[in-house]
Amino acid sequence: MFPLKLVPDNTNIPFLKYRNVAMVLSILLIVASIALCAVRGFNLGIDFVGGQTVRVHFDRAVPIDEIRSKMASLGFEDVTIQEFGSAQEIGIRTELPDGGDTAAEAAATKMRTTIEKGFPGARVTGVESVSSKVSNELFRTGAWALGVAMVGIALYIWFSFEWQFGVGALFALFHDVALTLGFFAVTQLEFDLNVVAAILTIIGYSLNDTIVVYDRIRENMRKYRKMEMVPLLNLSINETLSRTVVTSLSIGIVLTILLVLGPEVIFGFTASMLLGIVIGTFSSVYVSAAILLWLRLKPDSFVQKAAGDAERVTSRELP
Amino acid sequence: MLDFPRWKVWAVIVTIVVCIALSIPSFIPDNVRRTWPSWVPQPTVSLGLDLAGGSYLQLEADTKDVAASRLDAMRESVRSVMRRDPRVEIGDISVQNGQLTFMVRDPAKVDAARERLLEVTGSGAGLTGQRVWDISVVDSSRFVLKPTQAGLEEAIDTAMNDAREVVSRRINEFGTREPNVVRQGKNRIVVEVPGLKDPQALKELIGKTAKLEFKLVDTSVTPQQIQSGNVPAGSQVLSYQEGGGQIAVFRNAMITGDMLVDARQDYDPQDGTPGVAIQLDGVGSRRFAKVTQENSGKPFAIIVDNNVISAPNINEPILGGAARINGGFTVESANQLAVALRSGKLPVTLKVVEERTISAELGKDSISKGVLAGVVGTLALIFFMLITYARFGVYTTLALVVNAFMILGIMAIFNATLTLPGIAGFVLTIGAAVDANVLINERIREEQRVRNRNALASVEFGYKEASRAIFDANITNVISAVIMFAIGSGPIRGFAVVLAIGIVTSVFTGVTFTRLLVADWLKRNRPKTIQI
Repeated sequence: MFPLKLVPDNTNIPFLKYRNVAMVLSILLIVASIALCAVRGFNLGIDFVGGQTVRVHFDRAVPIDEIRSKMASLGFEDVTIQEFGSAQEIGIRTELPDGGDTAAEAAATKMRTTIEKGFPGARVTGVESVSSKVSNELFRTGAWALGVAMVGIALYIWFSFEWQFGVGALFALFHDVALTLGFFAVTQLEFDLNVVAAILTIIGYSLNDTIVVYDRIRENMRKYRKMEMVPLLNLSINETLSRTVVTSLSIGIVLTILLVLGPEVIFGFTASMLLGIVIGTFSSVYVSAAILLWLRLKPDSFVQKAAGDAERVTSRELP
Repeated sequence: MLDFPRWKVWAVIVTIVVCIALSIPSFIPDNVRRTWPSWVPQPTVSLGLDLAGGSYLQLEADTKDVAASRLDAMRESVRSVMRRDPRVEIGDISVQNGQLTFMVRDPAKVDAARERLLEVTGSGAGLTGQRVWDISVVDSSRFVLKPTQAGLEEAIDTAMNDAREVVSRRINEFGTREPNVVRQGKNRIVVEVPGLKDPQALKELIGKTAKLEFKLVDTSVTPQQIQSGNVPAGSQVLSYQEGGGQIAVFRNAMITGDMLVDARQDYDPQDGTPGVAIQLDGVGSRRFAKVTQENSGKPFAIIVDNNVISAPNINEPILGGAARINGGFTVESANQLAVALRSGKLPVTLKVVEERTISAELGKDSISKGVLAGVVGTLALIFFMLITYARFGVYTTLALVVNAFMILGIMAIFNATLTLPGIAGFVLTIGAAVDANVLINERIREEQRVRNRNALASVEFGYKEASRAIFDANITNVISAVIMFAIGSGPIRGFAVVLAIGIVTSVFTGVTFTRLLVADWLKRNRPKTIQI
């Protein structure tokens, strides 16, 4: 039994047989995610909506009601009190007060001094304030970076493979991003700039997956020119299955450990990444491969322009 | 496959050793590193404020301020240049709607006036060669000066550079360690101060414009006039905490902050209260002496940022240019004012539009937990690789460890900062590195099992065939890293930097370095089959 083989030799799962079911499921999930995002919305952090958060460490039970009344006396009726990991570390967040660009910063200062004076033994461990102007910019540049990066990736895949692959990869990316966003809409985990980094990481992983599968499809298309698309896709996915399982599992192990032992600040981050691995693996097997069929990728797609390569591949088959 | 030229072997080894060596200083505590001789290179990866604690402030300048003060300055220049011998008589200069207008009394002197105007507007062209002021004459003798867009932008640029200087000086005076003050965009300044204890004091210090003026108090104005705001044209009403809220002073300043050479916190020799001792330069001293001689017995106001701090009576002429500012200071506030005055006046008002302060203890907690999780995670990963790929798992593991150190080493060369999103990039890179080796190992398995190749050929084809997928996967990540770096802000950039470095090192360690190890083993043992 050594070395360990998680995927038995000669595995042959007819993945594409379930492609319609999988696609319906995917589309349902995407629609549900978008609907959730629209209806429920995100728990957007102050990075994107502006406002201020003051983090306080209490050396006793957190006097939540007292904090609320203190904040109300400062004019903040609507405060959110979040726990940061331990029950003694909390974040007091209020929305952007009226009064121009620097209002958030002024309010944070006021909150800070009120807490330091009003609760002996409480330590302010962090202050964050973002004005509406800055939060708008952060939102805009974040969205732009995400969008342009996706298009850039799709273009590269189009040039280096075929246009169907580019579209397929783009759709798979869209699928992953939509579902991750849906996850954030459901859980209402705080959505801040660090989460954007997490989404970028998910995109990176999922893309890796997709490209590995695509690369094998391309290789097999050159090798088995007469093979029908469905068995060819099945073969390619099965051939890369062992790799998919080992890679996803190793990353999954590390992420699980980070989730359990790691600092609270990265909890949302690791949780979404773990989910992203599952979504990404699913999308690269089902969505990105199946979509090639719908886009009518033909067995001879690589023949003409890759004639030279095809020669090389056949000759390599000789012992 | 087996014949790695000798130079290549050495190149790989040297690269790895150098990168790992470069990562070492980052693990050595600061106080130990300071004892090292200075010729030892000490590149370090600094921890971002979100990990190490500290303050991040984004300040924004009100650009309308710059436009207004520029017009004010121009009014003064015009007035003085026209007064020069032979005098060109002009009417009142009005500043309205962002432009400056005045009338030349004698229409025959319009040309002479224009000559002089060109002197102060710098012949109408600025540094960039574009016009800075539009000068036009209407109704044969009325001049209209309007700043051009290019001129305004240039002025804002200059003001921002000066402001950055002043802010740096103030923070340095504040005694903080390794502050980082950079301009961002057209009208922003970003201040990063690691390990700051009291961001409030820093913000107050930065927020002070520190415009110092001495003006004579206009004693002819009655309290009723002050109340109604109806004061003579040459006077203005300013707030004055001590003396009943408001006070009227003459508009013309006798002393301004630019005549200052020094400012120190000190104690009043009589009652020991804290105050600020200031020293004026030659021009300031002479003028101060003259004004105090002429106005003995009258009060003058000491004004900072349009607030009257105190308004003492002039008992005797003040010679030598030394003066004190009193008025309800604490030692801290006096010291703050002294620092602000010493570092010069901010040319623009700066507002804090973004603040992120993380206490050092919070960061420390995150790091210790992160390190623990990282170590356990790595061990688990190594164990998993070993039971899955046996010998090749060892190579994979070695590649991963070397990769991690190389990323740190290269980041140290660029003096990059590791932030939380940077760690995300790190995780992604390690993931990609694992994947690269899994791809290779799986391919070797496949070549051996499915295509019945011998050990050597399996390894050779394994590397060759897997390389394409690895290459394509990494190129796409490079593309996104570059785009994110170009477009994204703060955290996204931190992510992109680590990703870009990590991609290069993971391909190097995952493909080249492991190939070297495998080739060495194959050469020594010549196995028939590979257990993988």
